[in-house]
Amino acid sequence: MLILIAVHFLVAALLPAVAARWGRAAFVLAALPPAAALVTALSWSATVLNGSPPTETLSWAPSIGLDLTLRLDPLSLLMIVLVSGVGALVFVYYAAYTPPEGIGRNSSLLVVFAGSMLGLVTADDVFSLYVFWEFTTVCSFLLVGGAGLTKLARRSATQALLVTGFGGLTMLLGLILLGTAAGSFRISAIVAYPPSGAVVEVAVVLLLVGALTKSAQVPFHPWLPAAMVAPTPVSAYLHAAAMVKAGVYLVARFAPGFAELPAWWIPLVVLGLWTMVLGGVRALREHDLKKLLAFGTVSQLGFLIVLLGVGEHVAAVAGATMVLAHGLFKSALFLAVGVIDKLTGTRDVRELSGLGRRWPVFTGFVVLAAASMAGAPPLLGFVGKEAAFQALQAEPLVLVVLVLGSALTVAYSLRFLVGAFGTRPGVSLVDSEGPGAALAAPVAIPALAGLVLAFAPGIVEPVIAGYASAYPVAEPYGLALWHGFTLPLLLSAVVLGGGWLVYRFATGRAGWLPEAVHAQTGYDRVVMALDSVARGVTGRLQAGSVPVYLGVILMVAVVVPGAGLLAGVAPLPRMQWFDSWMQVPLAIVVLVAAGLAVLARRRLTAVLVTGVIGYGIGALFLVDGGPDLALAQFLVESLTLVVFVFVLRRMPPRFSEDRRPLSEGRWVKAVVACVAGTFVAVLAVLFSANRDGLPEASVEYIQRAQEDAGASNVVNAIIVDFRAFDTVGEIAVLAVAATGAASLILASHRARRKADR
Amino acid sequence: MSDRGPWWEWDAPRERWLLTERDCNGWPRSLLLEVCARIVFPTVLVLSVYLLFAGHNNSGGGFTGGLVAGLAFVLRYLAGGKVELSAVVRVRPPVVIGTGLSIAVITALVPTLFGLPVLTTDVWQLGPVKLATSLFLDVGVYLLIVGVVVDLLGTLGVSLEEDQ
Repeated sequence: MLILIAVHFLVAALLPAVAARWGRAAFVLAALPPAAALVTALSWSATVLNGSPPTETLSWAPSIGLDLTLRLDPLSLLMIVLVSGVGALVFVYYAAYTPPEGIGRNSSLLVVFAGSMLGLVTADDVFSLYVFWEFTTVCSFLLVGGAGLTKLARRSATQALLVTGFGGLTMLLGLILLGTAAGSFRISAIVAYPPSGAVVEVAVVLLLVGALTKSAQVPFHPWLPAAMVAPTPVSAYLHAAAMVKAGVYLVARFAPGFAELPAWWIPLVVLGLWTMVLGGVRALREHDLKKLLAFGTVSQLGFLIVLLGVGEHVAAVAGATMVLAHGLFKSALFLAVGVIDKLTGTRDVRELSGLGRRWPVFTGFVVLAAASMAGAPPLLGFVGKEAAFQALQAEPLVLVVLVLGSALTVAYSLRFLVGAFGTRPGVSLVDSEGPGAALAAPVAIPALAGLVLAFAPGIVEPVIAGYASAYPVAEPYGLALWHGFTLPLLLSAVVLGGGWLVYRFATGRAGWLPEAVHAQTGYDRVVMALDSVARGVTGRLQAGSVPVYLGVILMVAVVVPGAGLLAGVAPLPRMQWFDSWMQVPLAIVVLVAAGLAVLARRRLTAVLVTGVIGYGIGALFLVDGGPDLALAQFLVESLTLVVFVFVLRRMPPRFSEDRRPLSEGRWVKAVVACVAGTFVAVLAVLFSANRDGLPEASVEYIQRAQEDAGASNVVNAIIVDFRAFDTVGEIAVLAVAATGAASLILASHRARRKADR
Repeated sequence: MSDRGPWWEWDAPRERWLLTERDCNGWPRSLLLEVCARIVFPTVLVLSVYLLFAGHNNSGGGFTGGLVAGLAFVLRYLAGGKVELSAVVRVRPPVVIGTGLSIAVITALVPTLFGLPVLTTDVWQLGPVKLATSLFLDVGVYLLIVGVVVDLLGTLGVSLEEDQ
């Protein structure tokens, strides 16, 4: 598995070069890794279904327990069929579909996506899961945004990234809490021995935010219809078959461990049902075939979330079946929309007419897929829906909403079919060539698979049962088209009839909502609020005034550590005035210079006097026996003086021209300066007086300098050996600061010269 | 170095110690200071290199040495303005900064190739000379400091000078 994922990324790296040379053929190469993944996974299916899932581990950072662990269990196998199977089909289709530009970029991104998705559905440790999860988010952003040429594309891509990225980060938090509570970051271990407690409830909610955003559930759903600006094959793959299923997969993955928790099933069932109905209603209103399908996807994802979230055997069977069925019919439908769009130049139902008669065979395949979506017999969608009704028989409230949602599904499926292929009075018949084999086959294969699997559910039943066996079996349920005259069959009939009625009478009128309650409005408001908060905070904090910055820094330094430091200081021991006579004149020089610096009215004088203070302190170091320190102090002081003089050339010579006494603002500055200065002085006296002898670290440095660093200068040994890591960090900071300062000065210099000209 | 002429003229002077009117650029210059700066310049640089090497056992080190070398350039600049500076600085300062940082980081990483922790110091005995590998880190620091000082001279000094 690891090798397969690596192959995906490797091929992705090669594709731009291949595309530049051979054009569309790149997509044929791109189809190979997913196809290989599918074949490999299927070849292991016997082992997987035996109940001993193959596991692979790659130690990445063993010292902190980070491994990349992959595990192929029945659920992963089912997802690989979708991810890699549909992926390979979409790539073949894309080769025939695409316009010549952007092949390298899109094919490469799609293969990266396929590899990430493969990793996502097989990852068995939470960190790999998260990393692959975010890979898919980024791929989606890049594919939706395309070259970023239109505002719509940029906005949609940003929305997809923000919403799913927010969900991803929240999920990471949940995963870490969950892993810490369980004592293991292996997903199989967490699910097998689920932890409990208040922390776990919080973690579960955080986890669900990730799943709900990724799978476009209320109230996060608008990003999915907006993402339909992406090329149709991308939508078919990412936004119908694979990526949006990641949320569903997450729910399916963790449900066996946590379905009992109210924090788990209440949000899932409520939001899932709400999404199912809302998506269906909104789909009835769309004229764009692709958007119609997108809202249909939103609705179906809600359905899947409910089925997989409740955590019950038959519901799990139904959920897994529907995941497969949905992947098949929805990719077929999306690809069909792509065919219509490419060949007729429109996908608006108001402009399409008469396609059904012109392309009868193609229409037949699409009808199969749409009927599977509607849950009509004899198709896989029907089999799954029967199982769903069977599973939720005992919950009348949920069942009623489910029937309503399914009726809406029937209605929009009809609307899709009639809109795309029907003949409209008053609209001229569309006249165009039929699709070629390369375009039609990727539509036909999943559509026919839905039909075949309905008659022979035995092909997939072991996989689905393998997943559902995580739950206790109340009564065994076998997938079949015919269970006899039962309640589910009656409900299916009601759904089909009701759906037809809804289609007949409510299409076009339904789905209206006041602007204020649209989830899209909510998203826009949140983003705008974030913007204005950021602007407000930045505007207040970055006032652009050096005295304010300096004042804030000094006051924070006094208040925050000051209180704590002063609280912990021992009483003042006896102090002596000086250690050496030489210190007295030096101290006097420094004090006089400090007084002069405060009194100076000219900037240059103040700078020079400050220099005197610096040299005086250097001399004090020398007296105390620190030649290294003194040398550095002298040199830095000289250099600072030079830099000051450079800068002062651009400043007025005096601090203020008027001779008035201190104004109000300067009193504040004086107080801040006095407080900060006194604080530092008092602290220095207290701490130096409280020290007896050398600290342990210093003793150690002095002892080890000769033997470990081969140096007799301890200061240098500290800089280049004992604390060399600090040195490297500091010089890096210095380099960045110098480069930054130089670029700023040069930039303003150029701007001024341009203004002069 | 084509402007230097053929190799046998390696000892031909590359700059004048005494100014002519041709070099005058409007900067209020002091002849004495300028000549002294030129005479002292190589000596200060040698001193800075001495400090760099001496640092291991006496006062000094890469930081101090770099500052001294930087001050040598400051001296030239103060004496003669940007003409003086561009006469001695032939490499762009950011290149020097980058070289210094690279040397420091490479020195830090090389021990990991031998399975040691980063920044491990080894002491080599080369005949009578004892050399600690941390010297290379010091050389990186030295170059970086020189680069930073000259860079600031070039931007703060020269561009402000042009503004006036």
